Amino acid sequence: MTALPKSTDKKLGLVIDLDTCVGCHACVTACKGWNTQNYGAPLSDMDPYGKPEGTFLNRIHAFQSQPETGLAQTTHFPKSCLHCDDAPCVTVCPTGASYKRAEDGIVLVNEDACMGCGLCAWACPYGAREIDQAQGVMKKCTLCVDRIYNENLPEVDRQPACVRTCPAGARHFGDLADPTSDVSILVAERGGMDLMPEQGTAPVNKYLPPRPKDQIQAPVMGGDEDILAPYLAPVAEEPKGLLAWVDRALEKL
Amino acid sequence: MTIQQPIVDLSPKVGDEVRKTTCYMCACRCGIDVHVKKTPDGEKIAYIEGNRDHPVNQGVLCAKGSAGIMQHNAPSRLKAPMKRVGERGEGKFEEISWEEAYDIAASWLEPIRKTDPSKLAFFTGRDQSQSFTSWWAQAFGTPNYAAHGGFCSVNMAAGGIYTMGGAFWEFGQPDWERTKLFILFGVAEDHDSNPIKMGIGKMKGHGGRVVGVNPIRSGYNAVADDWFGVTPGTDGLLILSLVHCLLKAGKIDLEYLRDFTDAPVLIDADPASPTHGLALVDDDGHKLVWDKTENRPRCYDAEDVDIDLTGTWERDGITHRTVFAHMVDKYLDAQYAPEAVAERVGIEAGRIRALAAEIARVAFEEAIELDHEWTDFRGRTHKTMKGRPVSFHAMRGISAHANGFQTCRALHMLQILIGAVETPGGFRFKPPYPKPATIHPKPHCKVTPGAPLDGPHLGFTHGPDDLCLKDDGTPARIDKAYTWENPMSSHGMMHMVISNAHAGDPYKIDTLFLYMANMAWNSSMNTSGTMKMLSDKDENGDYVIPHIIYSDAYSSEMVAYADLILPDTTYLERHDCISLLDRPICEAEAAADAIRWPVVEPDRNVKGFQTALIELGAKMGLPGFVKDDGSPKFKDYADYITNHERRPGVGPLMGWRGNGEETGRGAVNPQQLDRYIENGGFAIAHIPENAQFYKPWNMAYQDWAVEIGLFDKAAPYLFTLWCEPLRRFQLAAEGHGERQPPDHLRARIKTTMDPLPIWWDATKEHDGDGAYTVTALTQRPMAMYHSWGTQNAWLRQIHGMNPLYVPTKIWQAEGFAEGDWAKVSSPHGEITVPVAHMPALNENTVWTWNAIGKRKGAWALKDNAPEVTKGFLLNHLIHELMPPKADGMRWSNSDPITGQAAWFDLKVKIEKTAAPADGQARPNTGSQASPVGTGPDALAWEV
Repeated sequence: MTALPKSTDKKLGLVIDLDTCVGCHACVTACKGWNTQNYGAPLSDMDPYGKPEGTFLNRIHAFQSQPETGLAQTTHFPKSCLHCDDAPCVTVCPTGASYKRAEDGIVLVNEDACMGCGLCAWACPYGAREIDQAQGVMKKCTLCVDRIYNENLPEVDRQPACVRTCPAGARHFGDLADPTSDVSILVAERGGMDLMPEQGTAPVNKYLPPRPKDQIQAPVMGGDEDILAPYLAPVAEEPKGLLAWVDRALEKL
Repeated sequence: MTIQQPIVDLSPKVGDEVRKTTCYMCACRCGIDVHVKKTPDGEKIAYIEGNRDHPVNQGVLCAKGSAGIMQHNAPSRLKAPMKRVGERGEGKFEEISWEEAYDIAASWLEPIRKTDPSKLAFFTGRDQSQSFTSWWAQAFGTPNYAAHGGFCSVNMAAGGIYTMGGAFWEFGQPDWERTKLFILFGVAEDHDSNPIKMGIGKMKGHGGRVVGVNPIRSGYNAVADDWFGVTPGTDGLLILSLVHCLLKAGKIDLEYLRDFTDAPVLIDADPASPTHGLALVDDDGHKLVWDKTENRPRCYDAEDVDIDLTGTWERDGITHRTVFAHMVDKYLDAQYAPEAVAERVGIEAGRIRALAAEIARVAFEEAIELDHEWTDFRGRTHKTMKGRPVSFHAMRGISAHANGFQTCRALHMLQILIGAVETPGGFRFKPPYPKPATIHPKPHCKVTPGAPLDGPHLGFTHGPDDLCLKDDGTPARIDKAYTWENPMSSHGMMHMVISNAHAGDPYKIDTLFLYMANMAWNSSMNTSGTMKMLSDKDENGDYVIPHIIYSDAYSSEMVAYADLILPDTTYLERHDCISLLDRPICEAEAAADAIRWPVVEPDRNVKGFQTALIELGAKMGLPGFVKDDGSPKFKDYADYITNHERRPGVGPLMGWRGNGEETGRGAVNPQQLDRYIENGGFAIAHIPENAQFYKPWNMAYQDWAVEIGLFDKAAPYLFTLWCEPLRRFQLAAEGHGERQPPDHLRARIKTTMDPLPIWWDATKEHDGDGAYTVTALTQRPMAMYHSWGTQNAWLRQIHGMNPLYVPTKIWQAEGFAEGDWAKVSSPHGEITVPVAHMPALNENTVWTWNAIGKRKGAWALKDNAPEVTKGFLLNHLIHELMPPKADGMRWSNSDPITGQAAWFDLKVKIEKTAAPADGQARPNTGSQASPVGTGPDALAWEV
């Protein structure tokens, strides 16, 4: 068993806006590209031109839901490691390969120590870890630890590949231990949520819920009064009347 | 146990060099930073990310762009020129040299150029170098050239240009910074990829509202605050109902209509006049309006004209009224009331009214005003710029219907009515737009053996005189564009070329030359039929279409049907210009253009297609391609980009002309491409602040546009709610004029070519007298761009499957369960496919992803690939011709005005069926041999 740090100086993580994520998968392939080239073994693809099975550190799931009343919804849900404070994938690791960094809370796999037993993937309630079939080692989101501190990158680019590429601006990166950080403020303002809090993993990543949808609805009549008035109150019923109204309106301008 | 944290390399080197070029994973044209590593095996691409300085994507990049490495290293890349050795469709080829390839091509093309250049049909698919490829075709002398606009979205482009001098996407964009209500009609998920996503994110950040009008709630519609699941093909009716509500409530911008549109223009009401229904004009041809002060008709653009929006002119007992009065008559009619249209459009009347009210509220209660003084074309100075912060965007969803041109016009009419075009918070043009239809070229079709065509092929018709007809009245073009069947087909009709060439109607051709268009597969209607036509033989055993030349970078389905293959490069190995002469990358506040350049050299015997065309042109001695001594004028495409001048001082690229200091106009600069590369692959020229809105009428903008060479003299104009070209064709159908339509088309021209936007049910003719009741659509996913490139190893793991998505009502009625299959039929054909349930879908619509299904043997895929086994095309159900009429006539399945392919008028019947025993979708289209083998068993692309 591997121990978690008692506390971490920072809690680096992602805030993902489900109101804005259009499900474009930009984050998925930017992640695949960066992490194939960098940290640890490349992310492999088995039978890539047949029935493919590849390793991805970040995937998007699309859900359909039909509320009891109102219109059906589609929600896009990006999912990667949530870098939990109480990460069960770390404590379950028999070799110490899976660990949480004391300085920033990032959960990593030391591939040199990983024997590919898969216990951590089994322990993770989010299904956020994948064993690489070519290398037999466990792969997971590194929060682009080799980008966020990378001195070969301009400062503005020192953020995870998925955040840098997100076209809709639905992904945010920062220190969730700092209540004054942009991400913490966003979470406070938008009611950011934990994923499956009942699992007791205390995830660092947060999700911002979709705003209420489909508010443009048929007008409610209060007595004879249409609450859309004055926006659609007729100025005339017939063409002649409308043209006369136009003349009067233009006179007034 | 506690652990000693391992040491992690926090600062790996990304690559040895960053090279900045332009993405080509779709048509969006984002700037990319390509990280190149030097390895013992040569330079390799290590990583691709968005270019932060680039105007289009500002650093972000979509899933396709980020997966570019897998496109670049794809096993399906063609390796060398090839000639066919088996039968068409078999995929059997022999590699040859470029010299032999050019010899073969010239041996077919030179004789027909000497005798009849129209025997060449040259169509270029998803070409981003149309100003060059069309120039080549013009030099060859054939009238038969177009790119893919006719089967894509010509209605959107032409509807916009004829109405307001520009349209969406590369023509313009919402004022993302200021708009408060954004209404998105019928846009496939992939469209204008990054800018729309960035814009939606930006708007949501400002607290703006996004409304999606689309039968399918996926992608942008999934995050839309409000979703209107419209029935396909009825968008026009929904829009006209919104117009009805706004007009009736007086929620229209009267000053804007009066000053900047043709709403006050007087229309000839004399039924006996040859100009009945056209604008009344003065002796100089200027449109007339009624002047309230002087009580007489006057030219619309006089500085002191006192325009009467509702004026009338009584003359000889006839009352001539304004365009506005005609609009009021038409759209106040009860047929457009929400209650009258609700059932048809699939949206309850109350929600239609609520949407109209929201448009009215935002446009008029949240109006904005910028403190920018500006002067209009009448010479009047305005202290501020007023804006209505409502913006719209739309694309193929509304345009790929037979009523699409009028629907696109209806949408533009709606945004003009509320004064939300070229005003703050509304829709804004991007240079070189705005540009009225009247200053675009007209189409040219005069063929002279051994000589160039008499002018550019494509353009805008304004009446019967501009049609492309031969002296005997038969079509001049193989696709029958610009004929009475489709008089305003501004982008040609690529979807009719193979069918017409096979039928020898209007004439036989000798060589079909295609570039980057998968016409044997997803880019054709009636795919199975098209494959037969391409390989069909006559009674002598010769192919009916004698020669087929094709250029592609990848082993597509179309490759197997060609006789000669000219292998193209990947997008990272080539020169290109994203030119203001073509489809530029401008922003509303700047003109911009860009290049591609070989950030790595090809490792195969391939050439950029444009370079191959230059070499072939020079070999045949085409005018413009050779010097006076007959030697080649251009070394390659890069040389052309640098040295070609379209007009004196105006070439393909605007940046760093002359001595390197000039923008837009200037002499050729041999260092131009180097300067683009130094600047990150693009050039940008900002529009002055007082010229950024009201551009069609703003003299500061007009002067700036002339200065940088967009046009040669200022060209202010009125928006044309009343489309006179339509009316001129209608007049002909009524019997006026010399050039007359054939009788069987008169009624259709009269009905459909109304000068004001109208709606009709274009799906009706596809329902087999009521037997086919469900509308069927395709859309492209955000992470894959149909057969543009290859089946990308990463992207196909996201979109390797395309079930038919079925709404709850049909799902339950048919008793479907997960894993089930359905037989889907149309009046034309039948397919058997897997189904999936999708609640967030119009209740009478089914849909699937476009172009995921692949033919066995294509794209270097293995036979077990899901695209091959379960993937399918809806195209098999769509015919390029409509069902026969009573008189035996079969019209093309296109918009009767523009010839836009009516993909989305399809109606089907869906029935549950047993899963095929072999688990494979139907029809089975056979297989093709792969000239490039199949891909590797495993990948781990680390360089």
